[in-house]
Amino acid sequence: MNKTATGFTKKLDIPTPKEKLRHPMDRYLRTERFPHIWCATCGIGTILTAFISGLEKSGLEQEKVAVVSGIGCSGRAAGYLRLDSFHTTHGRAIPFATGLALGNPELKVVVISGDGDLVAIGGNHFIHAARRNIDLTIICINNFNYAMTGGQAGPTTPIEANASTAPYGCYEFPFNLPYLAESSGAVYVARWTSLHIRRLAKSITEALLKPGFSFIEVICPCSTLYARRNRLGTGLDLMRFYHDNALIKHGADTREIDIHYQDRIVVGKFIDKDKPTFLQKRDKFLRGKLGDKFVPYKGPQPI
Amino acid sequence: MEADPIGVATGNHYIDGDHACAEGAIAAGCRFFAGYPITPSTEVAERIAERFPKVGGLFIQMEDELASMAAIIGAAWSGSKAMTVTSGPGFSLMMENLGLATMLETPCVLVNVQRGGPSTGLPTLTGQADMMQARWGSHGDYEIIALSPNSPQECFDLTVTAFNLAETWRVPVLFMMDECVGHMTEKVVIPEAKRLHVVPRKYYRGKKESYRPFSFNGSAKTAPMVKTGDGYFIHVTGLTHDERGYPVINAETQDKNVRHLVNKIRDNEEKIRLLEEDGVADADVIVIAYGISSRVALKAVNDARNKGIKVGTLRLITVWPFPEKRIRELAATTKAFVVPEINMGQIALEVERASRGRAKTLLVPHAGGWVHNPNDILKAIEEGAA
Ligand SMILES: Cc1ncc(C[n+]2csc(CCOP(=O)(O)OP(=O)(O)O)c2C)c(N)n1
Ligand code: SF4
Ligand SMILES: [Mg+2]
Repeated sequence: MNKTATGFTKKLDIPTPKEKLRHPMDRYLRTERFPHIWCATCGIGTILTAFISGLEKSGLEQEKVAVVSGIGCSGRAAGYLRLDSFHTTHGRAIPFATGLALGNPELKVVVISGDGDLVAIGGNHFIHAARRNIDLTIICINNFNYAMTGGQAGPTTPIEANASTAPYGCYEFPFNLPYLAESSGAVYVARWTSLHIRRLAKSITEALLKPGFSFIEVICPCSTLYARRNRLGTGLDLMRFYHDNALIKHGADTREIDIHYQDRIVVGKFIDKDKPTFLQKRDKFLRGKLGDKFVPYKGPQPI
Repeated sequence: MEADPIGVATGNHYIDGDHACAEGAIAAGCRFFAGYPITPSTEVAERIAERFPKVGGLFIQMEDELASMAAIIGAAWSGSKAMTVTSGPGFSLMMENLGLATMLETPCVLVNVQRGGPSTGLPTLTGQADMMQARWGSHGDYEIIALSPNSPQECFDLTVTAFNLAETWRVPVLFMMDECVGHMTEKVVIPEAKRLHVVPRKYYRGKKESYRPFSFNGSAKTAPMVKTGDGYFIHVTGLTHDERGYPVINAETQDKNVRHLVNKIRDNEEKIRLLEEDGVADADVIVIAYGISSRVALKAVNDARNKGIKVGTLRLITVWPFPEKRIRELAATTKAFVVPEINMGQIALEVERASRGRAKTLLVPHAGGWVHNPNDILKAIEEGAA
């Protein structure tokens, strides 16, 4: 108790030693699993923070949001989130999430995974889930390499960048992910870097509230492997690079936003349109064909 | 529990094994199907695509079998009863996530209507050469349950059983048909819903804070599940994990986790086991067969009996877990086992191993494409009796 200027006493809002100091985001985290596995100055943690703020702002019930990851450093995201969370197999997060989301249409299912996971080994699932407009939010953490396995080249490694399996530099053409997502049918497409935390969080809120296949690419520093191999400095130096070279261009033509090695990165919200989801389309279509004989899928039996 | 009448097509049908399997799944309460077309299993998917919209089921044709298997695991965790169907090449692709289903202890059913292999092999003709792949196809150590029907009626009955076993033991169950049984048309009697026993999912009802998605204490105990979205904030991973589902990467946790996966099946083999025996007590020769080969063998068995040979039959309805103990018992009283199978020797190896040299094992192989000539089986019976 403190004496205030007016002489009244007021209880200060300081936790007693018995109360644990809790961060407001703790309720979304499996804090009992900390310390996490990510390296110092890796960007994945910041993206997770942006995800939690975006989720909080969305107003969605925590219990009705599930997260699915594949395998990789980015794929460990599911393991730290206090949501129903699934750490699956390499590349199969999207089809697993498809089964989960269709199995219980009340859920909002989010996939958080890496570039290798989502567009190399899982590339086929990515384009088909987008084509079908399955109600999923996909967050692709693009660190330009396969980090978990030691910094190999992947489908987003820029030409010239060095990787452990591209020791003389990468010479393959990389994917332009927003263009891939848009042309496959995504209804929401954005790209940010792990520096653009507030903008990223806003995009995450929008994507979560958007019915259908929404896609956010997040450019992320891998300090330990990609940055070190390419002598780009620490994660902090990469953040500085994003600061100096990211160009916000909402509505940019996705055909024109390829990423070249250590060149400007166009970020922003590129696509935001409406289209019936897989389930909406299916139910309307089948009711039209079958009339009263159509029995909609109601999700799992209540217990 | 009784079956939900909406999915039970009660009555007498004249349908093939693939269609009967589809009806069995719907009757068992399966309401989620993900698959990719492949001969000779496609008719199962086709019937489900036609029937599901009328019974409240959700059918999705995925982009491949990797996705199909992943999707049914996701659906199972949403609380649905889920199934996929495939043949040879697709079965190979499903092995990846069969491992995930095993590791996550996910109840679901994977049907393989077997055709000749390897590779594209004989797309339209029969085979039984995926039996060892069923047992060992995904990497790592685990045990599996696999059933093998020998008639369209059994394709119905045992598909219901497969779903029941999946729920009872919290495992993926393999339904190992063959092209002959899949494409054979016979009378199939579907009973009334109230006469069908369906095992519902075991759900946890205790305090949220004390829920554990896995239980590694004692092989007979399998933890009850919860549904995604019910506020338990479960975590599951394909990594080696503890009872909370959290990854723990060390030899001690691996030991608990893997022993549990293996023992819950191994220790309960006799409870899971479905065998059909005839005249084995005083038999000099016992024919051990499964699927279509068990029916072809009957001709040889009758011929042998007419010749005065004391021959019995043992039909494996559950092929996995292998009824090792039963075979060992019979090996003590019989001279020889004859094993006709449409492969170059798979289950025969298990029979030989289980009988531990007490009885001879005579394999009657067939490379696939057609069933055995019963005379080849008869010859082996005569050799065994001699
Ligand atoms: C089927 C299969 N192939 C290969 C691997 C090995 N593996 C694990 S993570 C990974 C790449 C991950 O890259 P990415 O998705 O970009 O994630 P990051 O680690 O960069 O965040 C690979 C190849 C695997 N686990 N499974
Ligand atoms: S290896 Fe790279 S991506 Fe993985 S945790 Fe470290 S910095 Fe992050
Ligand atoms: Mg990566």
